Amino acid sequence: MGTRTLIPFGPQHPVLPEPIHIDLVVEDEKVVEAIPSIGFIHRGLEKLVEKKDFIEYVYVAERICGICSFIHGQTYCQGIETIMKIPVPPRAHYLRTIWGELSRIHSHLLWAGLMADAFGFEALFMHSWRIRERVLDLIEATTGGRVIFGSCKVGGARRDITPEQMHWLLGELAEVEKEMRLIVDIFMNDHSVKHRLCGVGVISKDDAVALGAVGPTLRGSGVADDMRLLKYAAFGDLDFQPITRSDGDSYSRCAVRCAELFQSVDLIRQAAAKMPAGEIAVKVTGTPDGEFFSRVEQPRGEVVYYIKGNGSKNLVRFRARTPTFANVPPLVKMLAGCELADVPVLVLTIDPCISCTER
Amino acid sequence: MIEEQTIIPILPETLVAETRKMRDQGYRLVQICVTRLGEELELDYSFDLNRRFVNFRFRQPKIGARVPSITSVYWCAFTYENEFSDLFGVQVDGNALDFKGTFYMTAMKHPFIHDAAPIPTAAQPLPGGQ
Repeated sequence: MGTRTLIPFGPQHPVLPEPIHIDLVVEDEKVVEAIPSIGFIHRGLEKLVEKKDFIEYVYVAERICGICSFIHGQTYCQGIETIMKIPVPPRAHYLRTIWGELSRIHSHLLWAGLMADAFGFEALFMHSWRIRERVLDLIEATTGGRVIFGSCKVGGARRDITPEQMHWLLGELAEVEKEMRLIVDIFMNDHSVKHRLCGVGVISKDDAVALGAVGPTLRGSGVADDMRLLKYAAFGDLDFQPITRSDGDSYSRCAVRCAELFQSVDLIRQAAAKMPAGEIAVKVTGTPDGEFFSRVEQPRGEVVYYIKGNGSKNLVRFRARTPTFANVPPLVKMLAGCELADVPVLVLTIDPCISCTER
Repeated sequence: MIEEQTIIPILPETLVAETRKMRDQGYRLVQICVTRLGEELELDYSFDLNRRFVNFRFRQPKIGARVPSITSVYWCAFTYENEFSDLFGVQVDGNALDFKGTFYMTAMKHPFIHDAAPIPTAAQPLPGGQ
């Protein structure tokens, strides 16, 4: 056995846009143990439900994270609507589906850029983010916001997408799709990229389940679990099957995200083709009295909101279990046994969002 | 479509054994959540198998709550157990990776068992006299 050395990784590190700390115990260049620390920027947003009424709180939920902000708002609204038995108009469900999938595309492109940057492929990083800008433009044109959409509310949606906007959006999306094929081709086939990803950070199917992995981290180990199968929003009307890869390594996790880019484009096309006319919101009366675990598939995996109301305008409890929080234990498992140089890449294969984790 | 969710009341003493049964059936640990209800805490342990959602529930007193760790069954539970220990002051016996109160660096101890501070108004100056 070689000499063991403790190397602190983070909370400030070039590969980490947000603070997470991992104590790496290494023998020579091999990591033998990893101990994570979070909590550097815990904001206590869950506690704010005691001050904000349940209608206002959607603004807070959207601000839990700047990447999957829309889906946070959607998950919250879905929870309240279920408790209050609010009949959300079908068109609002379709609008939510479209914006949710646009969020997934821009989140996966953000991840692609960060990943490329982590293994030193600067041109790929810049191309990924250039394409992402076009997706943000689509979001801005249809919601008015690039980061916080503000288009989801309890009872439906705040904004509609006109037929002209939809026609333009689908045209732009076709262009985005073409550009994404170029970068995905590099991600999946470039020798140097594969060299960094294939066979690195393997996590088996059984381990992924036992460690509570979610999202592409779980599906990259061959488990076909995706909350969109719960048929929330408009997913019950769309043709959808989760994308999986079976190798459980870094390459598999990346391959799932890359394939999901095109799956999201397809889902938007399906939703646009089937979207019914009609109202986009209903008036909300009363207050929530009951409880529900609202589950939605974010870009990083399953998010769970526990919402409990007692008939007053303030909720008794709002709890958000975000996908990165669930993916921390699998990350620890992946890191044990890897080479020190692979740590930054491995951390990024779970696509960590510390802002979500530190809600 | 509204998801069916099963909530099963259990006793804290049977938590580890019941959890082991879930693991043996292939369930994934979804989350652990604590809710303050007056002078009691309600603990929820949620599991999922092929999108079948099952939740174990029991209560503990707000002050002096103590539960056994399930990290011997689901090692990944260490994050949840450290979280609710820091935020609600619940004593967890046998956590495989116990951060001993340093998982979240909160300004006050066990902030979630206290009422939220009132929102400052113009008549109530902010701390520091601003």
